[in-house]
Amino acid sequence: MRLELVPRAERSTAMALVSPVIAIGLTLIFGVVLFASLGVNPARALYIYFVEPLTKAWSLEELVVKASPLVLIAVGLAICFRANAWNIGAEGQFTAGAIAGSVLPIYFPDFQSPVLLPAMLVMAMAGGALYGAIPAILKNRFSANEILTSLMLSYVALLILDWLVRGPWRDPGSFNFPESRLFNASATLPLLAEGGRMHVGILFGLIIAALAAWRLGVSVHGFAIKVTGEAPRAARFAGFDQKRIILAVFVIAGALAGLAGIAEVSGTIGQLRPEISPGYGFTAIIVAFLGRLNPLGIVIAGLLLALTFLGGEAAQITLGLSDKVTRLFQGFLLFMILACDTLIAYRVSLKFGHRAAGVTGTADQKMVSNG
Amino acid sequence: MAIRMKLVAAAAMLALGAGAAQAQDKLKVGFIYVGPVGDHGWTYQHNEGRLALEKEFGDKIETTFVENVSEGPDAERAIERLARDGNKLIFTTSFGYMNPTVKVAAKFPDVKFEHATGFKRADNVSTYSARFYEGRYVIGQIAAKTSKSGVAGYVASFPIPEVVRGINAFLLGARTINPDFKIKVVWVNSWFDPGREADAAKALIDQGADIITQHTDSPAPLQIAAERDIPAFGQASDMHRFAPDNQLTAIVDNWSDYYVSRAKAVMDGSWKSQDVWGGFAMDMVEMSDYKNMPDDVKAMAADTAAKIESGEIHPFQGPIKKQDGTEVIGAGERLSDEVLLGMNYYVEGVEGDLPQ
Repeated sequence: MRLELVPRAERSTAMALVSPVIAIGLTLIFGVVLFASLGVNPARALYIYFVEPLTKAWSLEELVVKASPLVLIAVGLAICFRANAWNIGAEGQFTAGAIAGSVLPIYFPDFQSPVLLPAMLVMAMAGGALYGAIPAILKNRFSANEILTSLMLSYVALLILDWLVRGPWRDPGSFNFPESRLFNASATLPLLAEGGRMHVGILFGLIIAALAAWRLGVSVHGFAIKVTGEAPRAARFAGFDQKRIILAVFVIAGALAGLAGIAEVSGTIGQLRPEISPGYGFTAIIVAFLGRLNPLGIVIAGLLLALTFLGGEAAQITLGLSDKVTRLFQGFLLFMILACDTLIAYRVSLKFGHRAAGVTGTADQKMVSNG
Repeated sequence: MAIRMKLVAAAAMLALGAGAAQAQDKLKVGFIYVGPVGDHGWTYQHNEGRLALEKEFGDKIETTFVENVSEGPDAERAIERLARDGNKLIFTTSFGYMNPTVKVAAKFPDVKFEHATGFKRADNVSTYSARFYEGRYVIGQIAAKTSKSGVAGYVASFPIPEVVRGINAFLLGARTINPDFKIKVVWVNSWFDPGREADAAKALIDQGADIITQHTDSPAPLQIAAERDIPAFGQASDMHRFAPDNQLTAIVDNWSDYYVSRAKAVMDGSWKSQDVWGGFAMDMVEMSDYKNMPDDVKAMAADTAAKIESGEIHPFQGPIKKQDGTEVIGAGERLSDEVLLGMNYYVEGVEGDLPQ
């Protein structure tokens, strides 16, 4: 006896749209059970988790600051995923962008000019794009699995950053502690409001998401990406060059992750450090799927995920809950989304006896590639 | 009922403006931790300090903490949140929080900040750290007495001066007993990663180290030592229960007295920005009970610790030579605190290159 996933003949579009809502609902129910079993009033816990951060101006600001790199990266990843190119290496592209964008303020700390920031942004995007191009080229040229290469390259980038800030880029005045010099004012992204933490970089996320929503919807390129992902043979017959598309989506995703990287370093942190990202590149994968690979959905998903981070901190401070609870919550949310998506596309059937030939094999493969 | 009361109170405070929140007579103290409270090492000890505050001041104090705060962009938000929540004294307990702490401190001039292991101060930012190297010198001597191969394995976190100083102090201590003593170092590039710490310990033992010490926060290396039945040292807290037959002693970070004194200073208005680097003499560093070793070694260790405390012995007393043989200082001289704080070279006897 075993369980099998059988594709449903007809998929309900309505269900596909409400699937994230169901998933969030189930996560909330799980939260109630979780908090109750920890001896915390569930209503109060959920309030502190999901509502309280929205009631204060400063935490709204923090929400946007936290969400914007996630959105930028996730939009790029969504473009990749739509083309069936599994870029898991946004963390590395983020880091490569941050490094490339920091070259000027670190080597020329006294250089102050209005062209400095734009130059940093361009260099960061170029750095991220080049770094993103590596797994694409390896895939096109050697059929190397891009999941593996992009993931491995992330660790390479993190180690290069580590080496730089401990070695050649270390601030001479830092007592050998691993960090670069602080960027000067003209190398720092200006704040949107004095005294806060919202910098110009958060606009990038919104602009890019809007741009992507528009271009992916109406342009031939957007269509080519979609066809390449969903029906590669049809794409070939239509004359779309698959290799070029793979390279293009990786380059775009890399450039966006790189932009997020320099925005974070120049806008939020103000210097290079061994640790510049709390795993944004990986969290953005959740954001991309939660947003249904749709740029506007991704904006909402990014804000939602940022909210779980902030709420998690609030819960630690106010309720004395462990930070593990935050992670459990996020993990459960992703789990529920994948489960809902799966059950909407497939139905579970109980099979007795030997494995029956048929559609199961392809269903399994599909599951693997989605996971 | 209680919750409703709190909501009403909160609403009243909002209505009366932020000033009302400060009218309470409880001192709120916040803590930012780099690891989990349950790491049984660095963060665990800071949390012990927090608990000591609660024990000392009872209902005159309220403490909160945020654990596992990454040293990147999230740190500033976490610190600011504690400040906005009405905490008047905030301890940020890892080096990487330095710049975020200074940034937030500028926004909240009436909140006092205490940053561990950093070097940037302001009118409302103090720094504090402990001279763990004093303990390392003692365990170096014990290691040299105990080891048969004359090679210790050292599981290290990051090549920052703090850690390099510890390695050198350990070796200088060991060489007072065995002039040929050597150290092999493995860097795990993390403060808390039990898996990698354990792997590093295994690799070191396989390479001939017959005693293990660590500058990482989990008991994993100690547990590996227990598995292979070789002696080892605990780190930051007494890890005796993880290796009852193998832990010789542990260098214990004791923040409790310092935290209590700083909270008291805030309460009576005498708090001033300062830089504290305390060791045995301030009880900021302590040795846990000496176990699993002969009595003469115990006596030697206790004697050395007492002499360091009285100032008779300084772990960094010349002659000291770098790895390549060049002399740092001659006989009788002592390295200054300033030099110690920026230490970025191995002394003679440490194997391998220092990652630069």
